[in-house]
Amino acid sequence: MAGHDELLKGLGLDVELHHKIFDSIDRIFRKTVLAQKDRPGRMAYFDDVIHGAHGARVQEIVERRAAGDKFIGTFCIYVPDELILALGAVPMALCGGTSLSIPYAEKVLPRDICPLVKSTLGLALSNTCPYGPIEDLAVGETTCDAKKKTWDILAAGGDFHVLEVPQKKGPRDRDLWHEEVVQFKVRLEETTGRTLEPEKLAAAVRLMNRKRRALARLNELRKEENPPLSGLDALVVMQGALVDDPLRFSERLEALNEELEDRVRRGLGVVPAGAKRIMVSGCPSVMGNWKLHHLIESAGAVVVCDETCTGTRYFSALVEERGGDLDAQIAAIAARYLTIDCSCFSPNDERIASVVRLARDHHVDGVVQYVLQYCHTYNVEAVRVASALKEAGVPSIKIVTDYSEEDTGQLRIRVEAFLEGLSR
Amino acid sequence: MAATDLFLGLDLGSRTTKLVEMAGGKVIRFDIFDTTHDSILKVRARLDRRDYARAAAAGYGRYLTSAHLDCRVVTEITACALGARFIDPAAGLVIDIGGQDSKVIQLGNGSGAFTEFEMNDRCAAGTGRFLEVMARLLGFSLEEFGRAACETDETVALSSMCTVFAESEVISLLASGCDRKAIARALHQSVADRIFPLAARFDARGDILMAGGVALDPCFVDLLATKLCRPIVVPPDPQLVTAVGAALAAAR
Repeated sequence: MAGHDELLKGLGLDVELHHKIFDSIDRIFRKTVLAQKDRPGRMAYFDDVIHGAHGARVQEIVERRAAGDKFIGTFCIYVPDELILALGAVPMALCGGTSLSIPYAEKVLPRDICPLVKSTLGLALSNTCPYGPIEDLAVGETTCDAKKKTWDILAAGGDFHVLEVPQKKGPRDRDLWHEEVVQFKVRLEETTGRTLEPEKLAAAVRLMNRKRRALARLNELRKEENPPLSGLDALVVMQGALVDDPLRFSERLEALNEELEDRVRRGLGVVPAGAKRIMVSGCPSVMGNWKLHHLIESAGAVVVCDETCTGTRYFSALVEERGGDLDAQIAAIAARYLTIDCSCFSPNDERIASVVRLARDHHVDGVVQYVLQYCHTYNVEAVRVASALKEAGVPSIKIVTDYSEEDTGQLRIRVEAFLEGLSR
Repeated sequence: MAATDLFLGLDLGSRTTKLVEMAGGKVIRFDIFDTTHDSILKVRARLDRRDYARAAAAGYGRYLTSAHLDCRVVTEITACALGARFIDPAAGLVIDIGGQDSKVIQLGNGSGAFTEFEMNDRCAAGTGRFLEVMARLLGFSLEEFGRAACETDETVALSSMCTVFAESEVISLLASGCDRKAIARALHQSVADRIFPLAARFDARGDILMAGGVALDPCFVDLLATKLCRPIVVPPDPQLVTAVGAALAAAR
């Protein structure tokens, strides 16, 4: 991770603390992801995306900004990247996945909110996130209470825009969301000093759809009887999707998919026959957080699907490629994003049905419902998800945890016992 | 030459280590001793140079044990379920409260060891450790603590289940001249209240069996049975259930 000291210093970061935090992330990455055997060769690119997130990618964005493009930081997959890309700006999800920045957030925030929000704010407050200083606009949203109030704190530090995500999916909510997307376009035009052009928006829609198709193809390959890719590696790809350049990412993922298809043809899987197939459902695992997938896979099972924001929720459903009229294109974008079944919605029957469908499609032996501690909506929705799965004959277990390592012993017992319970 | 039907079960818990030998479908020897940093040496010293057909280890120290002794690894959930079914074939639900964990395991009718389980959160609230800390604070041994709580109908209101906060609350109650037996009863009640929702989640057909060291506390068992409106079966030596299950897992 070192080697970009001048760049980071130039951005005014606390370089020493930055290295302390990111060397630790790197250590976890090596102990979990890189310690796996017989990984597909083309995963090397995605490992580089993780490594470059605090080096090469920062450099790239600094250069883009010098050329006049803007950089837009986001915190949720509800933010329509198409609008940002169509204006020649660079979008990137800046959610924190490390426990090491959390103490810096707890200087300000109460302890009992989710680790993702604390980690994110902690990176900003400890002056260790290289993207903070180069952000032309940060975009928050209203998918949870802790985030909403954190935006108010972060907004004091620079330009901030909040997208109101509705809590229901009725006609009024659709109108509200559509209006929010229109307003977001106006704000982005102000920030970039550019005017949204229909051809460029159509191209951005095609690009994002290409990226989603490639991710969906990868997900299809995980349905194989012996999946050609571990769940940990699939997660690394997904984490890369949130930070990498979308065109380059799509090309590299399409290449990886070809390698995986070849592995399938040659009968090369990542697990011995009889390994339990697990789906992870619920909260995201963003960069720095490989805890749950490592725990499940080091116990001998394989994660074959992620029904999370770092999984199907990110790439399911395409934006309808209408072209032409700008209004119609924006309407199509708004409609696609409102299909995301975040647990902030009530009711959220679509998500419950989708979990059961994915569990069947991926032939899973069991589902691990992943709840980041203090994420109330996923934690409570787990009740209905568990009973729907039970009705469908799919065993499930709920794991509530944060980013720290201190509960690894207890979690290992739960996960191993769950797997033992499936072996009969 | 290893004896063909001598099986060893080990349960390396957070507070105590349990060792069970089974032969011919019976427990022929057992031992319980405190878990320490060198438990593995103590286990070795107690193995008596006997020949086991197979061995299995459960508990927090299971991997450490399997690295030093030739034995299988099994989680305490599976082991506890196997042990409970062996000890009481009519058992449908096991409530196991140990030093660091509380677990409720539904046994079901199928061929598997269990159908579902619930565990406490990561903190010590609602575990044997909580009762142990509180007993010491009140100046009771563990045996006296449970007996004293049985000897009174009086109780006091306690607001905190957190071991750290409950400690300061108990200190204030003692300072205000409150009867320590009543405080002991209230502390027992608070743990029973904590375990109740874990257990009540399950549709318990068959006996409710209690395992783990806390099952030796008569006041706790009474209060939990009252809360559940169901009798609770406590086997002789409830701390051994998981180690018995480990020996059965070794024999499988």
